[in-house]
Amino acid sequence: MKTLQCLICGFIYHEAAGLPEEGIPAGTRWGDIPESWSCPDCGVAKSDFDMIEV
Amino acid sequence: MDPIVIIGSGLGGYTVARELRKLDQNAPLTLITADDGRFYSKPTLSTALASGKTPEALSLSDAIKIQGQLNAVVRTHTNVHAIDTATHTLSLDGETLRYSKLVLALGADPIRPRLEGDAAYAVLSVNDLTDYTHFRAALVGTHRIAIIGGGLIGCEFANDLASVGFEVTVVHFAPYPLDRLLPPPAGEAVLHALQRAGIKWHLNAQAVAVQRDGAFYKLVMADGSEVETDLVLSAIGLRPRTNLAEAAGILTHRGIAVNRYLETSAQDVYALGDCAEVEGLLLPYVMPLMQAARALAKTLADNRTAVNYPAMPVVVKTPACPVVAAPPPEDIVGEWEFEASEDGLCGLFHDSEKKLRGFVLTEKEISRKNILVQQLPDYLNS
Repeated sequence: MKTLQCLICGFIYHEAAGLPEEGIPAGTRWGDIPESWSCPDCGVAKSDFDMIEV
Repeated sequence: MDPIVIIGSGLGGYTVARELRKLDQNAPLTLITADDGRFYSKPTLSTALASGKTPEALSLSDAIKIQGQLNAVVRTHTNVHAIDTATHTLSLDGETLRYSKLVLALGADPIRPRLEGDAAYAVLSVNDLTDYTHFRAALVGTHRIAIIGGGLIGCEFANDLASVGFEVTVVHFAPYPLDRLLPPPAGEAVLHALQRAGIKWHLNAQAVAVQRDGAFYKLVMADGSEVETDLVLSAIGLRPRTNLAEAAGILTHRGIAVNRYLETSAQDVYALGDCAEVEGLLLPYVMPLMQAARALAKTLADNRTAVNYPAMPVVVKTPACPVVAAPPPEDIVGEWEFEASEDGLCGLFHDSEKKLRGFVLTEKEISRKNILVQQLPDYLNS
């Protein structure tokens, strides 16, 4: 399971943890998150900035 | 057709351009920037040292690449001297440029402190990648850093510097840091955490002078106390860049005044980001900027759209004590309730009708953020 970081604000997404409070179950891979998703900390659209693997 | 012109290549200018191109691949588009047009994220400046990043590594793209990707003209190192809203023209250096629509994404200037002393000139401020590059160069060979201002940038930079071994002292005029953003218990929690990280504080203090002292500087405070230091950084707030708009007869208040459609008082002229005041709200943060850029892009693509501001908590990037704060609107009467545990602090602000209107969370309590955000009313409804 990967850990990814938003290039704009540094928000960390752990695939293993998901974001259950946003309807993204634990274990959801980055590629499977809907394209309409945006970073919960800064609002950048998923399609705009690849989160980088850290 | 005259181009849509965007003045500014920060997060605001580039995001509007990018969002517009998703909707309209054809409208001629020109961006004008006074700097080199490198694309970067300002929040990443605050954690660059701890992340081991050089200033060069913080640049995510450049003007040439963006020209190609967005099918736009990007004019770097170019100053706009004047706007003539009646004739829809811009005066550049010995050149006039016509626009069909104009977007002002000018950002803000760091407020410079009023300081006496023979070294007041040496005080640095950082509000963009160019400033940051100078700052990092100035840091080489130093050890002691004094920071004037214990707000968002002051605290984030202090934490970043301390985490890689600099000796940091912060001079702040209030009794605790982040006093504009946080209620006292949260500000005090940040203070104690930053103190534990080795950062020294002069609170309820005002810097009045900076003097040369051989190879060092002396920062002098109003009460006469002094701090010996190798470098002084000032972070006491931002002033929206309104001069160009004012000179053009566009209405400004604290920022360039725009309505919820990001329209200024001049036809076909829009503004967003740190230079703008949207329905009286000045929110120099990323999330409101993203909301505004998306709405404005639709408007520029002939689908006039109002910006929607949901509750947008501010994330304070102080790893010693991470904080997420959604301060209640200033005019709302209500009360704070706090719960402190080993997981951190949770503060909730309810109004006289017991509705949640604000919150603050530190450390592990930050996991409550999304649930609390959903309970807050929109900041500005579209």
